[in-house]
Amino acid sequence: MEYVWDFGSVWEYRAALWVGLINTLRIFAICLVAGLSLGLAIGLARYSVRRWLRWPAACFIELFRNTPVLVQIFWFYFAFPILAPFEISALMAAALGITLNSAAFSAEIFRGGIQTIDPGQWEAGRAIGMRHREIMARIILPQAVRRMLPALTNRGIEIFKMTTLASAIAYADVLHQARLIASVNFNPIEAYTVVAIAFFVILYPIVRATYVLERRLAKGD
Amino acid sequence: MTQQPTLTIRGLHKSFGDNHVLRGIDLDVNQGDCIAILGASGSGKSTFLRCLNFMEIPSDGEITHAGKTIGTARTGKSRVYPESELTKVRQKVGMVFQQFNLFPHMTVLGNITEGLRTVQRMDKASAETRAHAELARVGLAEKAEEYPSRLSGGQKQRVAIARALALAPDLMLFDEPTSALDPELVSEVLNVIRGIADEGRTMLLVTHEVGFAYHVANRVIFMADGIIQEEGPPEQVLKNPQNPKTQAFLARHKQFEF
Repeated sequence: MEYVWDFGSVWEYRAALWVGLINTLRIFAICLVAGLSLGLAIGLARYSVRRWLRWPAACFIELFRNTPVLVQIFWFYFAFPILAPFEISALMAAALGITLNSAAFSAEIFRGGIQTIDPGQWEAGRAIGMRHREIMARIILPQAVRRMLPALTNRGIEIFKMTTLASAIAYADVLHQARLIASVNFNPIEAYTVVAIAFFVILYPIVRATYVLERRLAKGD
Repeated sequence: MTQQPTLTIRGLHKSFGDNHVLRGIDLDVNQGDCIAILGASGSGKSTFLRCLNFMEIPSDGEITHAGKTIGTARTGKSRVYPESELTKVRQKVGMVFQQFNLFPHMTVLGNITEGLRTVQRMDKASAETRAHAELARVGLAEKAEEYPSRLSGGQKQRVAIARALALAPDLMLFDEPTSALDPELVSEVLNVIRGIADEGRTMLLVTHEVGFAYHVANRVIFMADGIIQEEGPPEQVLKNPQNPKTQAFLARHKQFEF
């Protein structure tokens, strides 16, 4: 039996796919920015000199690192409204789950990156009268981020792909739209192939760009 | 007229857990002193130096800098040293490390202006003028725009010296500044340090270069077992040591001289 590919039927619904793609990019942007920022904050807290900052950060990391994102998303979407006096949208619930999970993982990346910096760098900063906070911002992080870039790129890719989990609670992302098209046209192979291509076409240039960035930042090393 | 010492150290102790490294050190450092600190490894000489700018926090004792005793006493416990107070002292006490510890992501100029800009809030133009002057002093005027990775060990250490001097400290600490250098690079760094000493700058220098200590320092301290065993002019301590530990140390160091 020969399978006849029919991308025409997907093309007919390109407007719906386009909407899905915009929604995917929207949730990705939210999760990327919020996840990495929160991850940095928690990574710094994990490395803080203050104990009351360290242990809540550690608890957060372990809680969200060791539970599945999909379960977190379901939890925020279905369980949260029962406990709290308000409902949250599918976008909010999915973004929350992905963000918190990514924050937990990127906090570990930041902490690990910070720890690879030679203690002599801290001492040199202290010796010229810099404060802990200034040394972190001006000396340690700029060096650590360079070393973390490959790991952070991976995290970004993971976040982008994780956004498809939002379709599980009917957030109208590109995968959700493709599933609708597939169920109308009975062409799941074509619909999901288009989704895969869309992800690759968006991600690959970004990955290439980070390689270039890595090389440019490597000057001085 | 008796001048107030730049630095007064009284009853300085430092322990790392059960390891009692410094066991009571007293010393007055006067303005213009160039003090060489000698001792075998493990004698506590680096720890002593690192206590003076609070890279290590003393377990006990008092350090008085420019008339002010650093930290706050607590009854029955060791002193507390708030960060805000230490950052002020450290600006006045420059330190040069064995491993240079330059900031690799900054140019040579950036390394030297960092303290001026971030700590002293100096404007960019003034900071760079100052940095260029310090670079010229250590003979590296043409390296301002280079990154540290492009410099030799000796050049890195001279940049580190310029970085410390840029803050106009009233005391310089050198922690084995030539120990990480290839032998042929040692003299360029020692020459720079000698130049600074000749300007009359107050400095303490932990070193294994006994000859350098003899020619440049006005006082030599020999440390062993966490205390100062012998102290005096180089002529006396190095040529006519009284303490058997000093005698044994110097004998080892002069073993292969000809």
